[in-house]
Amino acid sequence: MRQTIPLFITFFIGILLIIAVFIPPFGELGETFTLFFDIMAVFAFFLGGGNLLRVHINKLRNKKPDWPYSIVTLSGFGLMLAAGLFKINNPGDIAAAVDTAGSLFYFMFHAAMVPLGSTMYSLLAFFVASASYRAFRAKNREATLLLIAAFIILLGRTPFGMYISGWIPDEVSLFQIPNLAVWIMNSPNLAGQRAIMIGIGLGVISMSLRLILGIERSYLGGDK
Amino acid sequence: MSYHSRRCLRSLPTITAIVSCLLLALPFYASGQEPVTDSVPADTAVVIEAAPPTTVLSSDHKYDDGDQINLSWVPSIDETLKDSKVIGYKIYRAEDGGEFELLAEIPDVDTTNAYADQEVEHGHKYAYYVASVTETGEYASLETMPLEPEREWLDLNKAYLFIMALIISGAVIIYVETAKRGKELFVRKIAGLEAIDDAVGRATEMGRPVLFIPGIHDMDDVQTLAALTILGRVARTIADYDTKIFMPVSRSLVMTAARETIKSSYQAAGRPDAYNDDMVNYVTDEQFGYVAAVDGIMVREKPATVFLLGAFFAESLILAETGNSVGAIQIAGTARPAQLPFFIAACDFTLIGEELFAASAYLSGEPRQLGSLKGQDVGKAIAMVVIIGGVATATLAGAWQMGFAESIHGWLMEVFSTN
Repeated sequence: MRQTIPLFITFFIGILLIIAVFIPPFGELGETFTLFFDIMAVFAFFLGGGNLLRVHINKLRNKKPDWPYSIVTLSGFGLMLAAGLFKINNPGDIAAAVDTAGSLFYFMFHAAMVPLGSTMYSLLAFFVASASYRAFRAKNREATLLLIAAFIILLGRTPFGMYISGWIPDEVSLFQIPNLAVWIMNSPNLAGQRAIMIGIGLGVISMSLRLILGIERSYLGGDK
Repeated sequence: MSYHSRRCLRSLPTITAIVSCLLLALPFYASGQEPVTDSVPADTAVVIEAAPPTTVLSSDHKYDDGDQINLSWVPSIDETLKDSKVIGYKIYRAEDGGEFELLAEIPDVDTTNAYADQEVEHGHKYAYYVASVTETGEYASLETMPLEPEREWLDLNKAYLFIMALIISGAVIIYVETAKRGKELFVRKIAGLEAIDDAVGRATEMGRPVLFIPGIHDMDDVQTLAALTILGRVARTIADYDTKIFMPVSRSLVMTAARETIKSSYQAAGRPDAYNDDMVNYVTDEQFGYVAAVDGIMVREKPATVFLLGAFFAESLILAETGNSVGAIQIAGTARPAQLPFFIAACDFTLIGEELFAASAYLSGEPRQLGSLKGQDVGKAIAMVVIIGGVATATLAGAWQMGFAESIHGWLMEVFSTN
């Protein structure tokens, strides 16, 4: 029963949504179910928030390693929740949006959350450099090809690329580095990406059928 | 006022109205009386700045839920003049014989002479007129006949899609049935999946945990579902090896689903006592907040094995590089082509696109599931034939202007175009 009911729901909803694609009056069924999903996700947030609180309160209570960080987490959680729930310092009446400019929520979001997020994102620049350093070592033929292609594209995206290859006559302008970079991106790169996309599309169909038909049950713990 | 009389009045071009007024006034002048109607005084010069648009047509949008009417018109003839004063068009609509109300303003007279009204409902009738707009006034066209948008029960625009879906789904089901009858099916080796047991074994030997990251999307993304199906297999191995698993998630629903998956795997392995809810923790929905938390966990816990499977965005490389820096063996997989190069550069094994979806079937080794993978091959064969056929016919049509090649190419575009 524990597996039968979820399998039946998956089968019924899956078939219904496939049919809905081809029957216009049912066309908005997908959006309706997405709305149901969002409602469920909102209630599930209580589970998530509760779990976060439980984990960090336990960490504090038991003085587990790095417990002082839990104080920061819990303070941030509590402050942001209070600012949003009670609309602290919100201009306008109680019906005004929680993120109205001037509110404490707005201030904390723009003065703390956004800069912190940007800081994490900016780390990407350094990680791209370190990953490229490893990936572009000419260890074998494929890696060498990758290195050459990357070098051409890097040069082609800078004025220096045109500077050093501008002398190539217009009749064979494809060999000018910026044009070569565009060709690499639009032809071999795009062809490869499309091949991957076709594979993904077919993979999604196959996986969906396995789920709908109940062949794939590992997310329910497998066959019993 | 009846619909027809209002339609008649509304549709009178301004110049016709003036002529009519003058004609009405004639008998009064002939009899020496002053006209009593508020007609145009004889000394008033009326300037028509622009002709109205003509041939305004409304038509039902085919194969929909009766929620769209398409409108087209021939632009005002003044648009062809060098010093045209037409600056746009206004579309008016009346519902069920009611008053006409402004529906839309179209400022771009050069390119637009059509409008799709998507604010209509099946069961109501709609009439329209279009007016040329100048700086000083509006010049209305004739009204259209009232039209009720029709509701169709089959979207024949998607007939080819339906046929393709039937062929591919049919192939998957046929291969599943073939496999059920015991026929052996060959599936190529996928290095990333072959390495899962070794990766978990490594964590066991080193006495360090396994970290499983299911992407940052919710349960409505098929990549997350694929990640959870792999988690089911991985958790079973982890339960067998008695290794520690840690799974920080960014969605509450993923947390509950992942807990159920791991719990079921531990039960299936005969070790329900070893499971506890703390294996899966919710962190935050915020993308980079989640990245910061997971990076912190990696640096502190130093997992021996990291699985990065699911939907990833800008955080993919940050997570993979941090995992690399702590010396973890990393198995990644996503169906987002833009993130694949990052995983390939930073991880030991990468499941590319469809391999992510094939993983659970591959790991199970179950004939029915492997059969579904073979069904995909039929889809690939069709794609290959269509691509080769499309390239050949486009080349023949372009280089040698062969009519039949152009026809075949057009048909292929019609059938397989995603637009």
